[in-house]
Amino acid sequence: MELNLQELNQTEFPVPAELENNIAITSLSQLYNWGRRNSMWPMLFGLACCAIEMIATAASRFDFSRFGFEVMRATPRQADLMIVSGTVTKKMVVPIVRLYNQMPEPKYVLAMGACASGGGPFKEGYNVVSGMDKYLPVDVYVPGCPPTPQALLYGMIALQRKIDGQSIANGDDVPWYGVGTAEPTPVPVLGADIIDPRQMDMIRRQAEAAANNAPAIGARELPAITQVAVTRTAVESAAVAEAAPVSSDALTFELPTGGVPWTEAEDIREKRRLRALARKALRATRRAAEEE
Amino acid sequence: MDNPALAPERQLDATTIDEATAYLQSEYAGAVTADDREGYQGVIIDRARLVEIARVIRDDLGFDYLSSATAVDYLGAGDHMEMVYHAYRTSGGGALVFKAQADRENTEIPSLVSVWSGADFQEREAWDLMGIRFPGHPNLKRILMWEGFHGHPLRKDWREAYYEEEQKPFDSRWPGGHVHRAEEKNVFGKNVSYPPEIDLNRLMDTSESAVYQSLGLGVDVERIMDKDGFETNELVVNMGPHHPSTHGVFRMVLTVDGETVTSLEPVMGYLHRNHEKIGERNTYLHNIPFTDRLDYISSMGNNHGYVLAVEQLMSMGRRYNPPTYRCEALRVMMVELSRIVNHLWAIGFWLNDIGAFFTPVLYFVQERERILDFFEAVAGSRMMCNYMRFGGLFADLPERIKSVSNLTNDRVRDYNTMQFLTEMINERIPRTIDDLERLLTQNEILLERSIGVGVLSRDDAINYSAAGPLLRGSGVAYDIRRAEPYSIYPELDFDVAVEEEGDMYARYRVRVAELRESVRILKQILPRLEATAGESIWADGKPGAYAPRIPHGEAYGRVENGKGELGYYLVSAGGRGGSANPWRYHVRAPSFINLTPMGIMSRGYKVADIVGILGSIDIVLGETDR
Repeated sequence: MELNLQELNQTEFPVPAELENNIAITSLSQLYNWGRRNSMWPMLFGLACCAIEMIATAASRFDFSRFGFEVMRATPRQADLMIVSGTVTKKMVVPIVRLYNQMPEPKYVLAMGACASGGGPFKEGYNVVSGMDKYLPVDVYVPGCPPTPQALLYGMIALQRKIDGQSIANGDDVPWYGVGTAEPTPVPVLGADIIDPRQMDMIRRQAEAAANNAPAIGARELPAITQVAVTRTAVESAAVAEAAPVSSDALTFELPTGGVPWTEAEDIREKRRLRALARKALRATRRAAEEE
Repeated sequence: MDNPALAPERQLDATTIDEATAYLQSEYAGAVTADDREGYQGVIIDRARLVEIARVIRDDLGFDYLSSATAVDYLGAGDHMEMVYHAYRTSGGGALVFKAQADRENTEIPSLVSVWSGADFQEREAWDLMGIRFPGHPNLKRILMWEGFHGHPLRKDWREAYYEEEQKPFDSRWPGGHVHRAEEKNVFGKNVSYPPEIDLNRLMDTSESAVYQSLGLGVDVERIMDKDGFETNELVVNMGPHHPSTHGVFRMVLTVDGETVTSLEPVMGYLHRNHEKIGERNTYLHNIPFTDRLDYISSMGNNHGYVLAVEQLMSMGRRYNPPTYRCEALRVMMVELSRIVNHLWAIGFWLNDIGAFFTPVLYFVQERERILDFFEAVAGSRMMCNYMRFGGLFADLPERIKSVSNLTNDRVRDYNTMQFLTEMINERIPRTIDDLERLLTQNEILLERSIGVGVLSRDDAINYSAAGPLLRGSGVAYDIRRAEPYSIYPELDFDVAVEEEGDMYARYRVRVAELRESVRILKQILPRLEATAGESIWADGKPGAYAPRIPHGEAYGRVENGKGELGYYLVSAGGRGGSANPWRYHVRAPSFINLTPMGIMSRGYKVADIVGILGSIDIVLGETDR
C-alpha cells in the first residue's frame, strides 16, 4: 500500500511537539517495500503480439510510469521486472532464461497473456513452450489474448500488492539476503528437442527404457472413465472436494431422462441462484460490519 | 543481371496465362504436363528440367516475380512431396503456377535460387519443415527450427508431443467428464518428445555453432589492412534476439570491419509458433483468429487475405454466395484503416531506430488508439479483430460508438458511428499525416540519416521477391490492389505510390504517400457506406455456413497488406461433401520474404544504419516466423 504520511505521523510513540509532522514511524519492511514497489523498472523486451499492447501501455494514453514502472530498460542488468509479453518458443526460452539469470535480485516475472501463462492458442505447437512457468517462477499471470492495457496495468498493480505483502523479517520473502550467491536457473539445451537440465535424469531413464523396449516409466494414464468425480450431491452440498467417486451407473441415474427433460437441471439452477443470493447478502452484511 | 522486365522484346507472344501454359506444354512436351487434378491449376514440371524451364518462365514468358514457393506433403494421396511455385509478371496479371514432384523418401528438388534469389528463404523453410533437399542451394540450413531438431514437423506423419487427434474439433477434451490438460499425458509434463535414438552421452547444443559456421569464424581471425595502413580486425557482432531495435525477437549476425558491415545473416524462428501445423488441424473457421496473430499490427488485412483464399475455394463448389456490396465496402474500409495503423507504426518505430527515440512514435501510437477504439467498438477487440467471415463479416457497424473524446484524460463519449468515422477520416488522420510530413519529410537529420542508405536496386528488388513499400520504394509500381485487383478496388480512385531511389528515404516517402492514398480511398468509402446503410452484410440476409465444407482443390489468395504481399496457399482434400479442415495451409508472409535481401542491402553500411535498414523494411515477427 501507499505510505500515508498523515497516518504515519499519528503514532503512539512520544514525539517532541516541535518535530510533529516531521517524524514518521513505520516498520522497516513497509518502508523497504514502498521503495521497491514504486521503482519497478520493466525490461524492454517484447516477444509477440502482447508486446504491442505493452508498448501501448507504456505510451501516453495509459502510461505505466504513473504507477512507478518508470522507464523500460533494454539491459537485464537494470531491470526489476520481466514482462513475458507473448508466446515463448523453445528456441526463445534459452535466451529468456539467460536474461532472467542476468537480472539482479529482487526480480519478478509477469506472464502477460494466454501464451506466456499457459501456451494459449498455440499450446499444441511443436516449438511452443506451454507457459513460462515451465522454466521460470512466475509472480503474476495476466489473462487475455492479448490483455488490454488496462488488464496489464491491473496485473502490474497486483504485483505491487504482492510486494506489499512481503516482509523483510521473513527469509523466504527476501531470499536475496541469503548466504552466498543465488543459484542461476539452468539454461535449457536445444538438442533433438528442448532439454531441461533439471529433467536430465528422467530423460536418461526414459531413453534406457526405450532402448530395452520397456514401457515408459511414470507415464500418467488418464483415470478410467467409470470414475466420475462430480456428482449431484456434490453440486448440492457444494463440497466438491469431499465427494466420493461413484460409478458411472450413478451418473446415468443423475442425468435427466425423457419425459420432462431438464426439470432437474432447472431445479439445480434455481438452487444455485438462491445460494448465490445468500452469499451476496452475507458479504454485504460483513462489509457493513467492517465499515462500522 | 539480366532483367527480363527491361527486355520485353525477348518475350514470346504469350500474353495470357493459358497461352503461357500451352506454350510450355508444347515446347517441353514430356517434361511439362498440365495439372489436371480436380480444382487444381497450372503445370507440373519434371524436376530434372525444373531450373531450365524456370529460366524460360522468367525470361521468355516474362514471369519475373516469384511470389511464393512452398511444399505440400501428399501422404496417402499419391505419396509424394510437391513444391508449388507462383510466379507473376511485375506488369500485372494472374499467376503462372508450376509444380515439381518428388518421392517422400530422400526428397530432392533442384533449387531455384539461381533463377530467383527470392526462393532462398522459402526453400530453406521447405527443407526445415518438410524435409525437401534442394541441390544447388548455397546455404541449405534450417531456418525456423534449430539445427539438430528431430524430424521435419510439417510432414503429415510427424506428430508433436501434445498430439491429440488428426483434425479439430476434437471428440472431447472432457472424456467421461474428466477435464485433462495435455501436460498430464506427457511423461515430462512438457511439450517435448525425444526420438528413441537420442544419445545423451554426446549431448550438444549445435544450434549456435551452426549459425556461425557459414561465417567462417572460430578458425582464423582475418587481418585486414586498409588503404591508410590502419589495421582492423574483422569481428562478429550478434544483434538479437533480445535487442531493443530488432522489432521483436529477430536476430542478425553481422561481420564488421571496423564500423562497416561486411556481411549480415538474419537468424529467425524465435517466434515460430507453428501456425501452419496448427492451421492444418483447425477447421477453416478456426483459422481466422489465428490469422489475426500473424501480422498483429494489421489484423484486418490478414483476415481479408484468408477469407479471399477460402472464398476462392468455396466458389468452386455449390452453395456459395459472394459477399454483398456493403460487406466489400466495410472490408476495404477496415483494411485501409489498418494500413494507416501499420504505416504510422512503421514510420514511428523506424524513427526510433534512426535515433528519434520514442518521442515521435508516441504521437502515432496516440492516433492508432483512436482507430483501435473504432475496431473495438465494431469487432469487440482492439488488436485481434477476428472480424471477417467467409462471404460476410462478423457484424455490421454499430449505431453508436463509445470512444474517448480526448486521449489525455480518457473521457469517454458517445458518438454516432458515421459522424465519428467522418471526423476521423476527414480531419484527424489527415491532420496527423500533415504533422508528420511537416516535422519529418524535410527534416535535416532524417535526410542525412536516410538518403542513400540501404539501397536496393530495382532488379534486386524483383529478383529477391521483395514486396510492399520495399518493392515500390525501389521503383517497381507493383501494388496488388492494381496488379491483380480484388474486392471493390477496381472502382476506387487511387494511385500506386512509387519512388525510384530504393533507399530508406524512398521507402519512407512511399509509406507517407500510401497513408494519403488510404485516406483518399476511405473518403470514397464513406458515401458508399451511407448509400448502402441498412443493407445486409450477408448475401440473402442470413449468415453463411458456420463451418463450410470445402470442395477439392487449391487456391492462392493474396492481398496488398501494409507490409507487402500477403498470400495464403490452401489445399483442400475434398472428400464426400467437402472437407472441413485444410490439407495444407501456407502463409506467404511479406515480412519473411522481405528479409531475404537484408544481407545485400546492409553490406557496406555502418552498424548504426543496420537497425534503420531493418526498420525501413518494416517486419513483424509474428509473420516472419509464423
